[in-house]
Amino acid sequence: MTIRATIAIAASFAIFTVNSIALAQGDNPPLRIEITEGVIEPVPIATAPFVAETVDAAAVADEITSIIVDDLVGSGLFRNIPPAAHIAKVTNFDSPVQYSDWKAINAEALITGSVEVLPDQGISVKFRLFDVFIENPIGDGMKFTGSRGNLRRLAHKVADVVYSRMIGEEGYFDSRVAFVSESGPKGNRVKRLAIMDYDGANVQYLTSGRSIVLAPRFSPDGQRLIYTSYESGVPRVYIMDIATQQRRELIETVDMSFAPRFSPDGRKAVLSLARGSNTDIFEFDITTGNSRQFTFANSIETAPSYSPDGRSIVFESDRSGSQQIYVQPLNGRADRISFGQGRYGTPVWSPRGDYIAFTKQIGDRFHIGVMRTDGSEERLLSESFLDEGPTWSPNGRVLMFFRETRGEFGAPFLVSVDVTGRNLKRVPTPEFASDPAWSPLLK
Amino acid sequence: MKKTFLCACLAIAAALAGCAGTDVGGLGANDSELEAPPVGIEDGGTQYLYSEITEEYFEAEIGHKVYFAVDQSAITEEIAFTLDRQAGWLLENPNYDALVEGHTDEQGTREYNLALGARRANSVRDYLIDKGIAGNRIRIVTYGKERPESLCSDEACWSANRRAVTVLTERIVI
Repeated sequence: MTIRATIAIAASFAIFTVNSIALAQGDNPPLRIEITEGVIEPVPIATAPFVAETVDAAAVADEITSIIVDDLVGSGLFRNIPPAAHIAKVTNFDSPVQYSDWKAINAEALITGSVEVLPDQGISVKFRLFDVFIENPIGDGMKFTGSRGNLRRLAHKVADVVYSRMIGEEGYFDSRVAFVSESGPKGNRVKRLAIMDYDGANVQYLTSGRSIVLAPRFSPDGQRLIYTSYESGVPRVYIMDIATQQRRELIETVDMSFAPRFSPDGRKAVLSLARGSNTDIFEFDITTGNSRQFTFANSIETAPSYSPDGRSIVFESDRSGSQQIYVQPLNGRADRISFGQGRYGTPVWSPRGDYIAFTKQIGDRFHIGVMRTDGSEERLLSESFLDEGPTWSPNGRVLMFFRETRGEFGAPFLVSVDVTGRNLKRVPTPEFASDPAWSPLLK
Repeated sequence: MKKTFLCACLAIAAALAGCAGTDVGGLGANDSELEAPPVGIEDGGTQYLYSEITEEYFEAEIGHKVYFAVDQSAITEEIAFTLDRQAGWLLENPNYDALVEGHTDEQGTREYNLALGARRANSVRDYLIDKGIAGNRIRIVTYGKERPESLCSDEACWSANRRAVTVLTERIVI
């Protein structure tokens, strides 16, 4: 049992300060949700509406509480017991928890918290997590402090800690999604690069829509995007600094280039160059511009994605006569890993390294699926007229992709689904949206 | 720029272009090849062959689009028929360059379709070069599935979208 002073761990980040609040930690193992492949019943939790510690914090406290609940329930792993059903009302963050009141409503876990608006208008959020059945806190209480503009991020950080303490894996709520925002008629779509929080909040547009833009991907530090734009008249790869929106062409070439992705160390990028009738994959050093040809087949090689250790690349090729997925070490031979029915494209290596997500076409239906990196255990997670372009949540637990509807008025929108195939749902965007790319967890 | 002119040499070129597989680079036309001109007007009982040097004419009468089979970029006889005419026109009008756009239908992933569109555009470019057009006059661009022309989600529209479009650009001579 450890009792620590108020500031036990003071981790200082660019935007937030995080403090661990002293609390007794019991000897019993914490509540852990085991995620299996089968259907799981969401764990019932109670989130006591966060206490406003200052008069002006009431609205902020409500907003933070509801963002935390939305994050946790949205993961599909938790069910929120609404406040109306609560027997106990938490009015003081430091009052002892009456476990029996929470047991009575069958809550397995309880989240309490408080919110304070600081003199500089910053916001401070404290929270604690409790295992109701063994009547013990799960981990120390914590305090996050940030600016008002980062209110949603503060809430996401709380939800991430709750998630990781209960699931035993890193969370994914404090993250962003880059995507292509689409408007206008199907035959002449206006496409703008956009970025938003993972849940669709705080949409920001990064390009004007004058040129077609495609498939943004994050740098490993989440600060830059690499994407394809037609601003020169033909598709070419650009790198943009998100904060300043400064952009530059990655490579000096007359060739058409597309399908770029950063290497895990952020120093290189892989992409496709179309030369003559042949499209091959090249690796570029982002600083020097030096390149290395990675595939040499007289066929279409595209949609490359690095393994998390940076040693291999998964890509699609039609060298066998149809679109299939191959894994190739940086200095080795390609191994075909897809052998099922239909065509396979857009492979993406999971950040955990355990799966490769892909788009699969069988007849005129499209699926998002995952397989092990050797091609085994293929599992399809979705089906529609057109599902395409998966991207992984930072913890490798959730996939986001886009779904396009049929016909003259058909249009794309974003969808997320758990890697087990559960919890498929639409991700809200102001306009049509395609080509999502999930950022790493924010710092 | 809009010009119309009537000219015997153009008539020959047009006639040649109308005959699939004919080498339009050679001007050894004979009378039999003039029997079935692809274009012509009746004017007081006298048949004139004509060629307008306009983009509208190129699009409407020569044909600026060719259509491919699913997942294919091969030059079929039907495609060659149109491309022969395009080559003939471009040979006659050296002050025009061409931008060949490669397009695909929506049935396929974005990256693959970009590569397939590049393949189609390049097939057209290679064919036109083979027919005597200088390589530096023909640029290519792939649009993949980004710019469908027909918007329904059925084969009728998809077949119309699997296309390569030859867009003329007039070279400005300074």
